[in-house]
Amino acid sequence: MAGSGTSDVKLLGAWASPYVVRARIALNLKEVQYEFLEEQFGTKSELLLKSNPIYKKIPVLIHDEKPVCESMIIVQYIDDVWINSGPALMPADAYDRALQRFWTVYVDDKFVPSLFGIMRSPTEEAKAEAKEQALASLQLLEEAFGKISKGKPFFGGDTIGYLDIALGSFLGWMKAFEEMNGFKLLDDTKTPLLCAWADNFCNNEVVGAVIPETAKLVELAKVMQARYKSAPPAN
Amino acid sequence: MEEAKGEEVTLFGFWSSPFVHRVTWALNIKKIKYKYVEEDLCNKSDLLLEHNPVYKKVPVLVYNGKAIAESLIILEFIEETWKENSIMPQDPYEKAIARFWATAAGDGLWQFFITEGKEREEALASVINNFELLEKELIGKNFFGGDRIGYLDISVGWISYGVPIFEEITEFKIITEEKFPLLHAWMEAFSSSEFVKDTLPPREKLSERYRKVREAIIQKKN
Repeated sequence: MAGSGTSDVKLLGAWASPYVVRARIALNLKEVQYEFLEEQFGTKSELLLKSNPIYKKIPVLIHDEKPVCESMIIVQYIDDVWINSGPALMPADAYDRALQRFWTVYVDDKFVPSLFGIMRSPTEEAKAEAKEQALASLQLLEEAFGKISKGKPFFGGDTIGYLDIALGSFLGWMKAFEEMNGFKLLDDTKTPLLCAWADNFCNNEVVGAVIPETAKLVELAKVMQARYKSAPPAN
Repeated sequence: MEEAKGEEVTLFGFWSSPFVHRVTWALNIKKIKYKYVEEDLCNKSDLLLEHNPVYKKVPVLVYNGKAIAESLIILEFIEETWKENSIMPQDPYEKAIARFWATAAGDGLWQFFITEGKEREEALASVINNFELLEKELIGKNFFGGDRIGYLDISVGWISYGVPIFEEITEFKIITEEKFPLLHAWMEAFSSSEFVKDTLPPREKLSERYRKVREAIIQKKN
């Protein structure tokens, strides 16, 4: 009987990691039963090092003892395997799929580094620059949303899809940074479509269960910031 | 009918770009007729900027007026649009492995090439670690794709002509027959394949280009 028992599927992760959230949302949307193995902050388990010898990072999905690494590769894998369960995470049309992939790469290459740059920047000047870059990225994503969603609530249309998961998993951290710094990243006047999208995304039952609480992320961010400040400067 | 189809596909590229080569190889394997536009990267055409406003880079594939950027994304688009001569594995797990290695395989190689001393040693260690694992993907196979060239071969294909040039310029051999017998054999098989051999840029010209880029970067640091 396929899918019987939770030990078929394991996910190595941590509650605060937005990359792990991506995998969890996909698994939940597809109604896959899985065992969540929480890595302790600051250490890496033997299983993690064995399953992801190249990057040694979470998330790692282990399906029937076979590891899959890299969050969006995991999401795509989940969509491919549990094809008959839950909504399709990728659209049917090849060009639409290319757009989902393109903007996902953009999120990872441009948006996320600037977002976390806000936390990691050693000076106020560097922080301001990171914030400007993050805002500029969100402006492009706002325009992309307009074209891709075709008037529907998500990048994926009526249901949450690949790109929604890629970007939406960072909403917890975005809210944490907004609170800590007293500025808005998503703004009703500049990014109205993304504001509505963010509400729809976070209000989704499946998502709500795994997006970390803003207050807890703020607490964690303060701990991490203290570490960055006390670490010797990178050459 | 084939003539008309050829007009529908345009590839914007640059002769030395390994990312462009990936797309060329896929188009060749799929037997797709296309128009090639060589860009001057110091003076990019309006069309390129219009088709790829976000990154302003090559390659860009334009099909029926729709532009697709980012080489690996173009590969998946080509696979999904032209069904014959498949390049992707069918099995979801094998697909995931191929997608993983498509980006991971080259990690550290550029760093190795453009750095010196301790930085270079660290980059080299990372490259060797990757190659040791990548070598295992070739066990029992001629190509990463099995009997035929596939998505992963195409994605890492630039290693087959790029690494020997890096090795020559840095005077350090990474992929020896002794240490990486399968990778070594794969490099030969890939670069001599009918879909690849006539596409490779002139070695001397490419080597000169990489040499200059490396010198400029190292000089700037010192």
